[in-house]
Amino acid sequence: MSAVIELAGVTKAYPGGVTAVRSVDLSVEYGELVAIVGPSGSGKTTMLHLIGTLDRPTQGSVRIDGHDVATLGDRQLSALRAGRIGFVFQQFHLAPGRTAIANVADGLLYSGVRRKEREWRAEAALVRVGLGDRLGHRPHQLSGGERQRVAIARAVAGDPAVLLADEPTGNLDSVSGAGVVELLRELNAAGTTVLIITHDHEIAGGLPRQVPMRDGRVI
Amino acid sequence: MRPSDLLGLAAYGLRSRPLRAVLSALGIAIGIAAMTAVVGISSSSRAELDRELAALGTNMLTVTPGQTMFGEEAVLPDSAPSMIKRIGPVQSATATGQVPDAAVYRTDKIPVGETGGLSVLAASADLLPTVGGDLARGSWLNAKYPTVVLGSTAARRLGDVPSVYLGGRWWTVTGVLDPVPLAPELDQSVLIGWESAASYLGFDGHPTTVYTRSADALVEAVRAVLAPTANPWSPDEVDVSKPSDALTARRATNDAFTALLLGLGAVALLVGGIGVANTMVISVLERRAEIGLRRSLGATRGQIRTQFVTESLLLSLLGGAAGVLLGYLVTGLYAVTQDWPAVVPMWVLRGGVGATLVIGAIAGWYPAVRAARLSPTEALTG
Repeated sequence: MSAVIELAGVTKAYPGGVTAVRSVDLSVEYGELVAIVGPSGSGKTTMLHLIGTLDRPTQGSVRIDGHDVATLGDRQLSALRAGRIGFVFQQFHLAPGRTAIANVADGLLYSGVRRKEREWRAEAALVRVGLGDRLGHRPHQLSGGERQRVAIARAVAGDPAVLLADEPTGNLDSVSGAGVVELLRELNAAGTTVLIITHDHEIAGGLPRQVPMRDGRVI
Repeated sequence: MRPSDLLGLAAYGLRSRPLRAVLSALGIAIGIAAMTAVVGISSSSRAELDRELAALGTNMLTVTPGQTMFGEEAVLPDSAPSMIKRIGPVQSATATGQVPDAAVYRTDKIPVGETGGLSVLAASADLLPTVGGDLARGSWLNAKYPTVVLGSTAARRLGDVPSVYLGGRWWTVTGVLDPVPLAPELDQSVLIGWESAASYLGFDGHPTTVYTRSADALVEAVRAVLAPTANPWSPDEVDVSKPSDALTARRATNDAFTALLLGLGAVALLVGGIGVANTMVISVLERRAEIGLRRSLGATRGQIRTQFVTESLLLSLLGGAAGVLLGYLVTGLYAVTQDWPAVVPMWVLRGGVGATLVIGAIAGWYPAVRAARLSPTEALTG
């Protein structure tokens, strides 16, 4: 009923005959904390792209926050991403040479928020992820775990309906990784729907719901 | 997105690779600087000419004999100067007459053939005020006695002599003229009095050039009636010219050169534009991850395209601004060394900025479209 993510019979085939995702059905409720877990090549990243509306399925339907992706154009999809979806990547994707607060504020650039408001909300988001004392630091002055926290702050600064994290601990040592997972748990406890994509069964095992994948299918 | 956000985004893109930005802007800067300096220098030179002409006056007309129907040299009637003086708007009219077969020498020892290319002119007493001439030294002629005034070139050729040998006798040099820009033929002449020309050299009294000054507004009207006034019997045997037009025309021949330099500047600008396009193409290739990230943050294709076009515009605008500045500087320095007024027309500034904007837009368009077409997933994983 109140599903934030709804995939029905979704298949994604790439030109050249590779089918990354085969007729997947998946429903995630508001407020859930879900792990999509599987070995590399299982279609996890393609799932992230489909759920994140960065890509469209070849078959089936994807509904995010009540919007059918197939009916939306580039502008509306972009608006959906800007307002309702937050991304966290394995490689952080922070702009080098820009302060933490500027990096986080950049996440709100496309949601039509004024500059002052962006900076104010960026600061709040950084405080929320525990980096209140790192506002003016640049990426090279931060540890890997701190960088990922900046990226998470950027993802949640716009208060999205769903947070998509693609191997968020992949580039981190186990201590920093555990801290990042803990942070994602806290954000979920505060009401954000969180979807973590990982190949790490240990991390997935600690989460309330796992969606195991292999060869493009949910098993 | 607001314009200020867009500008910040573009500025950040350039700031993150400063050397490359400077180098590719340099191409544009050189092209714009070249064009600005070329136009600036040529308009400074024109301003100098205008200043000269304003000092000389553009209201002088000269009347010379043309040719008869049979192709022979025509003569002006003796009465031409006095007739011309009677035209209402004519303020002054004066004449010189070429003394035929007269040659002037430094001393009586010089062989007859070595005339030095100087001509001997009989001059009316009121010649100098009308042609705008000045004496460099000495005083004006005494019309009755064998005295001469030397034109500036003639004085240089003859040297600093107290008297010259002319028509089998010595003539005393009473003065030397400054160069006369509106009547350059006087520079190469030796001027003698009208009466002494008649009494000592057998001058027939026919004027060969009549110089007139008229009220500024009526110069063209005067020009129309000068020929029939000078020679009512055969007006078509009279040539009328405006020396300031000749000066302007001489300067105009430089315009061809200016056009050539302008063309070179345009080529430099084109090469600069290609440099900017190249920089943008590489920038898009390198920043795939950034493009992917921005798409995931909710940037539309249009916003990605606008970002890169703005960056390109900013890049070439920086180059253009530096170029205009450099061009002004070069013009200023050149004008100072030439003692000219430094003039760069406003349209150069507008044209320079406009040209760089057009170049920036064209150079940035294709890379920006490529950036926008990049699928977000490809950008993130590639």
